[in-house]
Amino acid sequence: MTSVPMTQSSAAAAAEADGPFLQVEDLKVTFPTEDGPVTAVQGLSYSVAKGKTLGIVGESGSGKSVSSMAVMGLHDTKSAQISGSIRVGGTEVVGLSESRMRGLRGNSMAMIFQDALAALHPFYKIGGQLEEAYLVHHSGASKRDARRKAIEMLDRVGIPQPDRRVDDFPHQFSGGMRQRAMIAMGLINDPSLLIADEPTTALDVTVQAQILDLLQDLQREFNSAVIIITHDLGVIAEMADDVLVMYAGRCVEYGTAKQILTTPEMPYTWGLLSSIPDLSASTDARLIPIPGNPPSLLRPPSGCSFHPRCVHSDKVPGDLCVTELPELLPASSGTAHLKRCHLADPIAVYQDEVLPEIAPDLVEETR
Amino acid sequence: MTQDPNARAEIEPTEVGANAAETGERQLRQPDADHDVTNDHELLPEDLDFATLVEHGHTASELDPDAPAVLTVDNLKMYFPVRSSGLVRRTIGHVQAVDGISFEVPKGGSLGLVGESGCGKSTTGRLITRLYKPTGGSMMFEGNDLAKLSNKEMKPLRRDVQMIFQDPYTSLNPRHTVGTIVGAPLEVHKIVPKDKVLPRVQELLEIVGLNPEHYNRYPNEFSGGQRQRIGIARALTLNPKVLVADEPVSALDVSIQAQVVNLLQDIQSEFDVAFLFIAHDLAIVRHFCPEIAVMYLGKIVEIGDRETIYGKPHHPYTQALLSAVPDVKQAAVGGRRERIRLEGDVPSPINPPSGCRFRTRCQFAQEICAKVEPPLLQIGKRHKVACHFAGELGAHPATPVTTQLLGVDDQGSPVPGATPTNTQLTIPGYEKTWYDLTTKQTTGA
Repeated sequence: MTSVPMTQSSAAAAAEADGPFLQVEDLKVTFPTEDGPVTAVQGLSYSVAKGKTLGIVGESGSGKSVSSMAVMGLHDTKSAQISGSIRVGGTEVVGLSESRMRGLRGNSMAMIFQDALAALHPFYKIGGQLEEAYLVHHSGASKRDARRKAIEMLDRVGIPQPDRRVDDFPHQFSGGMRQRAMIAMGLINDPSLLIADEPTTALDVTVQAQILDLLQDLQREFNSAVIIITHDLGVIAEMADDVLVMYAGRCVEYGTAKQILTTPEMPYTWGLLSSIPDLSASTDARLIPIPGNPPSLLRPPSGCSFHPRCVHSDKVPGDLCVTELPELLPASSGTAHLKRCHLADPIAVYQDEVLPEIAPDLVEETR
Repeated sequence: MTQDPNARAEIEPTEVGANAAETGERQLRQPDADHDVTNDHELLPEDLDFATLVEHGHTASELDPDAPAVLTVDNLKMYFPVRSSGLVRRTIGHVQAVDGISFEVPKGGSLGLVGESGCGKSTTGRLITRLYKPTGGSMMFEGNDLAKLSNKEMKPLRRDVQMIFQDPYTSLNPRHTVGTIVGAPLEVHKIVPKDKVLPRVQELLEIVGLNPEHYNRYPNEFSGGQRQRIGIARALTLNPKVLVADEPVSALDVSIQAQVVNLLQDIQSEFDVAFLFIAHDLAIVRHFCPEIAVMYLGKIVEIGDRETIYGKPHHPYTQALLSAVPDVKQAAVGGRRERIRLEGDVPSPINPPSGCRFRTRCQFAQEICAKVEPPLLQIGKRHKVACHFAGELGAHPATPVTTQLLGVDDQGSPVPGATPTNTQLTIPGYEKTWYDLTTKQTTGA
């Protein structure tokens, strides 16, 4: 975004034309609890352009879902304190009134949840729930239009016999079909931003592949900006253009999928990569877990929040890791690649120490 | 760990067994001397460097081809009745959840069971632990057929076959302390006197990497990974010989998954436990199990060692399953991997397709597939596949490979006067000789 002053409408038009559709800047979300305030997300900035996919990875409690729910305006404004800036298509969402938020939510942005059975109302027919989503944002449409649109969407996401299945209840659908129905519901108003929170975690690999195909097809068709939240790095590798790695509420590494997954520079990302076995890896590859558990956000660790679990902090002089929070600085591999780590030469550590253990076959190839 | 490693063997069994031989057998086994018993699986990182962490990470488990079978499952069947609604609840059909599967679990080894949800892999696990009584078939364990025993006869054998459950949140009683949960099996089976229960519980907690002082805490005070450790400790309490692990890591965070998988590998090498490892994550199964069985709709469609199943699978379903797994290495290339699309959902097991059950979703299916069920045919040293058109990806034969054996023609109609030779088709283990797909002859090593 340029800093040239513009009127509201022309700023929106400019964002539509070339700028990223979603721009998050210095987002901070704090929840008051009995034991004191919990800062679930802080200092988070990212942007997603139309037609692009951002993958957000991290453990439970790292702030992945909290940050996307802030984008959707799903936090209770009475309890959650949100600061920073979230612009969706040029509109500032932080501090927007609930009634104006409702106009955006489900219309220009939509969310797909992990557990489709819990996210769909068990008491209403699939068609009814789809029609409702359509009618809310199309006040002039008749019930018949809405039903036609619902059937069309079910057909679009690949549900067989949509004109009959539209009258089914969620429990009559299989897991993959429910997820499709939820995607249909999310896309019924052609949103420009789609947030998929662990869209395939509960599904079988074959169904997962179908859903990922579907998401990609639909993204191409509607040219939407997509955020995929997942802990499956394989899904990230195949779907995401850019990747954001989160730890304890902060972005610890950001870059293109290729940069993050082939030349990661942050020990937490190394930990994630080394703790998943690979389908085609050598059988000499070791599975190296990240020791310990994620920190409590009530009392976050001093300095780098990953230092209590980091096995490479001994390579940093002094106790810099314990005392000082590293800045999010450009990494050595490229301009768009950012990392938050004190290590002086992370690439050398990764190539010489980590990679030989987790992918011995890759080392031989590069030599 | 300050405890003497030999302390474990000192816990003497009490005289509850029917005879001296049995109590003798029940001596809590001593871990291998050459293994590091002072394990600290949940490593605390204060003085931890990368090299130490690497030492505790395991490479993929290796196959011991000569290990004898500890559990032999033959033609196991489980049909659940489907009853009509109304006053008289007549049985109107059966869900054929598991329909005639055969396999062996090697002593101290592990067999992986993979497949989509609803294929019967969890039912198989529950049959082996005898949470269900099978409809048919046999499960031989140390000379006993677990399938035929009554619940009373089964009780002493339950010590040897234990289970690790998927969800660490629902499988632990929230109102019991960890000590009660882990110690319960000892009290049920009355193996050690009451005053020895606590030391054993603390020892188990230490084995799984938890603080032994925490025995009087409640499950809600632990994280998901720690709860799963409690579940593992409970399964280990009675020193089982077979552990059925039903999706033991799928409810855990990625970084915690690796901790638990490493712990299970430690336990396997220390206590020589055999695992039936049920999971839908093909990469985890590949790492943990040197042998894998692929199930589809209640049947094993392909079984073999890791290199064969993942390197050159012969069944179209295995190929489709493997191609659907997203691969991290794809990041270097960009875009999606080429994959085989499977259309539709798994058919209902109440009324499965005739012949080959996969034929409704198979791109190679022909007339014979609907008429004749393909036998689980051994086609390599440690490789069996149930497909009329078995072949490597992109090299499936144009004519069925099984016609000679089954005495049918290419369309699946019986040939008059032909002599089917399917004697070796259903044994649980592997034969010394097998049917070669290219020569269509029986060959040996």
